[in-house]
Amino acid sequence: MQFFFEVLIGGLLAGVMYSLVALGFVLIFKASGVFNFAQGAMVFFAALTFVSLLERDWNFWLAMLVTLAVMVVLGMAIEKIVLRPLVNQPPITLFMATIGLTFVLEGLSQLLWGSQPHGLELGIPDVPMEWLSQAANINVSQFDVIAALVAGILVAALALFFQKTRIGRALRAVADDHQAALAVGIPLQHIWAIVWAVAGFVALVAGMLWGARNGVQFALTFIALKALPVLILGGFESVAGAIVGGLIIGASEKVAEVYLGPFVGGGIESWFPYVLALVFLLFRPEGLFGEKHIDRV
Amino acid sequence: MLYREAGQFKATYAEDQQIFPIRQDRIGMAIILALAFVVLPLTADQYWLSAILTPALIFALATLGLNILTGYAGQLSLGTAAFMAVGAFMAYNFELRIPGMPIIGSFILGGVCAAAVGMVFGLPSLRIKGFYLAVATLACQFFVLWALQRVGWFSNNSPSGVIAAQKIVILGYVFDTPASKYLLTLTIVTVMALAAKNLMRSATGRAFMAVRDMDVAAAVIGIRMMHTKLLAFAISSFYCGVAGALFAFCYLGTVEPEAFNLDLSFRVLFMVIIGGMGSILGCFLGAAFITLFPIFVNLATGWVSHTLGIEFSHAVVSNLEQMVFGALIIFFLIVEPNGLARLWQIGKEKLRLWPFPH
Repeated sequence: MQFFFEVLIGGLLAGVMYSLVALGFVLIFKASGVFNFAQGAMVFFAALTFVSLLERDWNFWLAMLVTLAVMVVLGMAIEKIVLRPLVNQPPITLFMATIGLTFVLEGLSQLLWGSQPHGLELGIPDVPMEWLSQAANINVSQFDVIAALVAGILVAALALFFQKTRIGRALRAVADDHQAALAVGIPLQHIWAIVWAVAGFVALVAGMLWGARNGVQFALTFIALKALPVLILGGFESVAGAIVGGLIIGASEKVAEVYLGPFVGGGIESWFPYVLALVFLLFRPEGLFGEKHIDRV
Repeated sequence: MLYREAGQFKATYAEDQQIFPIRQDRIGMAIILALAFVVLPLTADQYWLSAILTPALIFALATLGLNILTGYAGQLSLGTAAFMAVGAFMAYNFELRIPGMPIIGSFILGGVCAAAVGMVFGLPSLRIKGFYLAVATLACQFFVLWALQRVGWFSNNSPSGVIAAQKIVILGYVFDTPASKYLLTLTIVTVMALAAKNLMRSATGRAFMAVRDMDVAAAVIGIRMMHTKLLAFAISSFYCGVAGALFAFCYLGTVEPEAFNLDLSFRVLFMVIIGGMGSILGCFLGAAFITLFPIFVNLATGWVSHTLGIEFSHAVVSNLEQMVFGALIIFFLIVEPNGLARLWQIGKEKLRLWPFPH
């Protein structure tokens, strides 16, 4: 039973890390209806820039600020160069454009900083928490808990930003209806630039945590693929869905790998989340928290 | 002046229903076919035949499959490579396990297996739409590759799932030269493209397009949603499956499951988008473009480094190539979101009026 809880908690905490990536997808989808496949590449780009600056003996906070600035500029540039000319195109065209963007970002980051893997040290030890292992004999990594806390704070901050600020209200208006938002005088292009900048910030946080966990390397781009089942499970439009979906996917994936994997030859982590999300969607097509669409002829 | 339909009257229903109603189109098609079937195999060298023309045709077939599903029936799929993998591995198994199995039969049965898999993973399309469906098809992509790698039966227990395609023998003739493999591929692709073209102008094709344009409205006017969507998945996966079998037998020879990864799915999707959604011609244009593109980039970087006297390292070139590829796709989408097929249509309109545009 203890082992089960260990697996479960480990899965839940890993799920929080997936949520961090999924959050970037949700932000952009909510505000512009773009399914941004480049989010994984943005995470990679942010992490690689950050770690490369650190390795050039920059101060931690300075490196973070500069990377943040780079991500904000990148977000605005994407809005200006890629999205603005594609206004009013069908969603699949925009989706394809973000796949193109993925190639550009992956090439660019490796061209700038080289393709060798880097280690990243955030100063958070990846060791089991002692009091918990003594009290309940369950090993939970301190790093995972801090990552989960960071994710929690980020979500709370984003929720406040969306609900309480002027820009947040404008964002929700744009998400509801582009044309109506334009009609009441919301500057659509500013809003999109802000959303992409925020998504860049989320990518930086996700990149730092994932980079500290697995090292900053090309494989980082694949975690975007892990975030996709989280997205469809939670619903594309819901920040809360990204978190809950991440928890479900993370926990079930680990539990399935440990308890189901040995019977079918292992390695089921690669597809299990997708099949789980797929089965789930059969019963609730718009995900857990997605907006229900009513189709009319 | 040359390209116009003035003076060509359709007096019978048969004439009205032919695929190419304009005489110039028919002549052009005949010339293209003659070029592809006779001139190219005689003139092109081995490298072009085996490394460029054959894969381009195979990709055109896979693109055709995805285009039927995405461009005509409106169901976005990211699992194309998985369907190709099913076709390739099942064709290999039919050839391996049934003695005296004709190779074309294996290809077809491989396609049928892919169609079956496609229908299973197409089932969610009855409930979910758009990007939710696209992500759901990723389940197929990952699950199929996992199964091919883990279950030894598919690859006859070879380590890491590599299969070596059998020799292609049809009626005693061995297809082993690049030219013969090219001709075999070309024949299959031509026949299947013709079938697709005809299917898309039949009631089935019109049902697909109705579902694409608005599925609720299509259901209201009496199009069976389940039947149509599953049929679209089945036909599309059949095409992809045959393309996968050709990919293994006529192009690569030895192939591992990893060859059919997500990148290949995206490649085919790019071909659909760049060629033009909902266009048979576009499939060929898109496949040709994406296949030829890396060669152009290679030539261009070679030329640049030659004129500037700078030697680029291999890593720099491959990263640059990737960036240019991505940028070009974005550029294409901005300039012509409807793809190369649309450009050709605009060109045709211009040609009709040329040289007196008033």
